[in-house]
Amino acid sequence: MKRIGIFVCHCGNNIAGTLDIDRVVEAIREFPEVVYAIDYKYMCSDPGQQLIREHILEDQLDAVIVAACSPSMHETTFRRTAEAAGINPYQTEIANIREQASWVHQKQQEAATNKAIETIRTIVAKAHYNQSLMPFYLPLVKRSLVIGGGIAGMQAALDIADAGYPVVLVEKADRLGGRMAELSGLYLDSDAAADPLGQKIKAVTHHPNIQVITQAAITEVGGYVGNFTVQIEQRTASPADQDPAGELVPYSFDIGAIVVATGYDLYDKKNLGEYGGGRYPDVIDGLQLEEMLRPDGPTGGRIVRPSDGKVPKEMVWVQCAGSRDPELHKPYCSKVCCMYVAKQSMAYKQQVPDGQATVFYIDIRSQGKDYEEYVQRAMEEHDVLYIRGKASKVFQENGHVTVWGVDTLTGLPLEVEADLVVLATAIVPRADAQELGQRLRVGTDEHGFLSEAHPKLRPVESLTAGVFLAGAAHFPKDIPETVAQASGAASKVLSLFSQRQMVQEPTIAFVDPELCSGCGLCIPACPYDARSMHEWQHIAVVNTALCQGCGACAMVCPNKACRVRNLTQGQILSMMEAYL
Amino acid sequence: MRVRLSAESVHNELVQRIEEYSGQGLMACYQCGKCAAGCPVAFAMDMLPSQVIRYAQLGLVEPLLESKTIWLCAACQTCYTRCPKGIDLSRIMEALREIVMLEKGSHINYDALTSEEQADWPQQAFIGGFRKYSV
Ligand SMILES: Cc1cc2nc3c(=O)[nH]c(=O)nc-3n(C[C@H](O)[C@H](O)[C@H](O)COP(=O)(O)OP(=O)(O)OC[C@H]3O[C@@H](n4cnc5c(N)ncnc54)[C@H](O)[C@@H]3O)c2cc1C
Ligand code: SF4
Ligand code: SF4
Ligand code: SF4
Ligand code: SF4
Ligand code: SF4
Repeated sequence: MKRIGIFVCHCGNNIAGTLDIDRVVEAIREFPEVVYAIDYKYMCSDPGQQLIREHILEDQLDAVIVAACSPSMHETTFRRTAEAAGINPYQTEIANIREQASWVHQKQQEAATNKAIETIRTIVAKAHYNQSLMPFYLPLVKRSLVIGGGIAGMQAALDIADAGYPVVLVEKADRLGGRMAELSGLYLDSDAAADPLGQKIKAVTHHPNIQVITQAAITEVGGYVGNFTVQIEQRTASPADQDPAGELVPYSFDIGAIVVATGYDLYDKKNLGEYGGGRYPDVIDGLQLEEMLRPDGPTGGRIVRPSDGKVPKEMVWVQCAGSRDPELHKPYCSKVCCMYVAKQSMAYKQQVPDGQATVFYIDIRSQGKDYEEYVQRAMEEHDVLYIRGKASKVFQENGHVTVWGVDTLTGLPLEVEADLVVLATAIVPRADAQELGQRLRVGTDEHGFLSEAHPKLRPVESLTAGVFLAGAAHFPKDIPETVAQASGAASKVLSLFSQRQMVQEPTIAFVDPELCSGCGLCIPACPYDARSMHEWQHIAVVNTALCQGCGACAMVCPNKACRVRNLTQGQILSMMEAYL
Repeated sequence: MRVRLSAESVHNELVQRIEEYSGQGLMACYQCGKCAAGCPVAFAMDMLPSQVIRYAQLGLVEPLLESKTIWLCAACQTCYTRCPKGIDLSRIMEALREIVMLEKGSHINYDALTSEEQADWPQQAFIGGFRKYSV
């Protein structure tokens, strides 16, 4: 016999405004094993929780049911409350009478009240069979892997390493820095990009806690949060060597957490046929212009026409080239181009004061501290002419690349006989991002960017526990935003590493070895790869760390050998019986 | 007709004169349209006040010199008091009028006008004149 106490919450008017609370309390007092039932205005408030604790002691309760909001709101709260009064947390249950009764049947007091009573009845039936459980403790490897050595990866690596944990930083190229190393200067401050970047690279390469492996690829990832095993292959030959493959050196690491920071590519300008992308030498993309603007670049920082090396007198930028074009290219805004176009056009006007800089845009997106002022400066102080209207085509004629556009503000069709055209092409994920995502069991969106766990509340986590995202691999981002996300990802790693061990909820699946026939049906049924066949016993086993307690295996098992703790088939049947 | 833009066409002599006479930076205008939205005589204009600046930004001053707008402008300065970029559009209107008057000969024989013609005479020819000589 259990001694169950039920605590019915009014949730202000959220529940009490619809339900007849007195009738609920009266009815549930009659349920089997219920020794106490009471209602209160706000159960989750301090006095509400105090009430629960008092009656656990006074009435010697050994199970608690809180009839209130969804368990996703306060299950943890009430489990802690009950635990504080000496009850095993897994003997606490929530009966959801808000989302599932009062909110959805607001105008039907009687029916809603009946539904609440029946809902509580099923939970009482479940509580009867609940067992006291202990969480599982799993080992936790406090070493992290960072994939990608751009600014995102380096920042995450430094933050984790500074906190005292070892980091393995794997970079595909033969140098660190990523795209930032290809930039001429950064917007807002005209500091050459090399400067702050050089300091970061130095800090990373000299850090005693960071092992950098360049020219390397992740070949295999196994395991789970706290206990990944990662295989890495490094090419020893430099790209200039005769044999590009060189020798392959394998590495293997035990890893507790992974940060993915593989960055972006530019949408191939060849896709933009109407602009002559890839066809005309004097139509280039943003990174090509950055290369020219770099003091250590091939032109020594000077902007020249690729076709004849002349200084362009008329320069045109085409914004949103391949972005914000759901019909033909990418539907999203690439986020960084409005700002770098302002930067590049100002740099041009500084080099060629009597030249004309014309920018075709649809909207100007300058969201960031001092960003709007920066773009306004390009117009006001540097005389950059912004034309509202997407350029429609570029063609080669008399040694010019002529741009056709329209000024939608006057309605006038325009033409510029340009010497050099820069396409601000869309930002896209790296070609191999999807493949890497699969290897890490991290989803990608329709464009190939890595998916976050929740678009608003969990923007640096992936849906796979222990794998975090940083930088443009997740979505186009500029450097300040990239650094912020990288530090966010690092702090997620650190909060994981600050635990002594990994704690796993005990309400997961287990296999009854007496009943399992080894049919193997449950193995493909598991969406989390948590099931496998025991090496020699020929019964199914559950990987405690991977199991999420979803119950899919229990559904397919023909022998009822597979069950989820505190949600067994027996419990579900007794709940249904109670309900019907 | 497609308009061809170039460094020369955008910074032509008329544009420079507008900037000089009005003391306003044309490129500071970001075409929000607030001036046009509040102008008390916009309803009668053939070109909105914001479009006057836009044409000037593109170096297309001739259509402005031909427009009725610059003469209908009452120099009331509503646009200037409300402009988020602090542009005194009434001065730009004035500059355009001055250019026309300088090009076409700036004085009018008032006495030679009939009383009907005087009634038709735009207010701002006077107001503009006062403003011009009283600043
Ligand atoms: C033309 C242009 C100008 C810009 N100007 C500015 C500016 O002025 N200011 C600003 O804030 N932002 C600017 N940006 C944006 C800036 O480039 C990005 O914000 C920044 O580079 C993102 O850093 P990241 O580390 O996420 O990605 P990346 O810089 O792309 O770095 C990713 C790294 O991961 C490596 N990698 C990729 N795949 C793998 C793999 N499978 N395994 C191992 N390693 C891998 C890559 O080799 C690379 O080193 C500009 C962008 C463009 C296109
Ligand atoms: S950032 Fe600007 S140029 Fe780039 S896609 Fe967005 S709106 Fe277009
Ligand atoms: S409960 Fe779900 S996650 Fe756990 S082993 Fe079964 S199917 Fe896999
Ligand atoms: S489905 Fe059931 S019987 Fe078959 S292997 Fe899995 S646990 Fe064993
Ligand atoms: S209100 Fe000012 S900024 Fe806006 S369109 Fe008019 S002049 Fe330009
Ligand atoms: S000054 Fe001229 S343009 Fe400006 S609001 Fe008055 S009438 Fe309109």
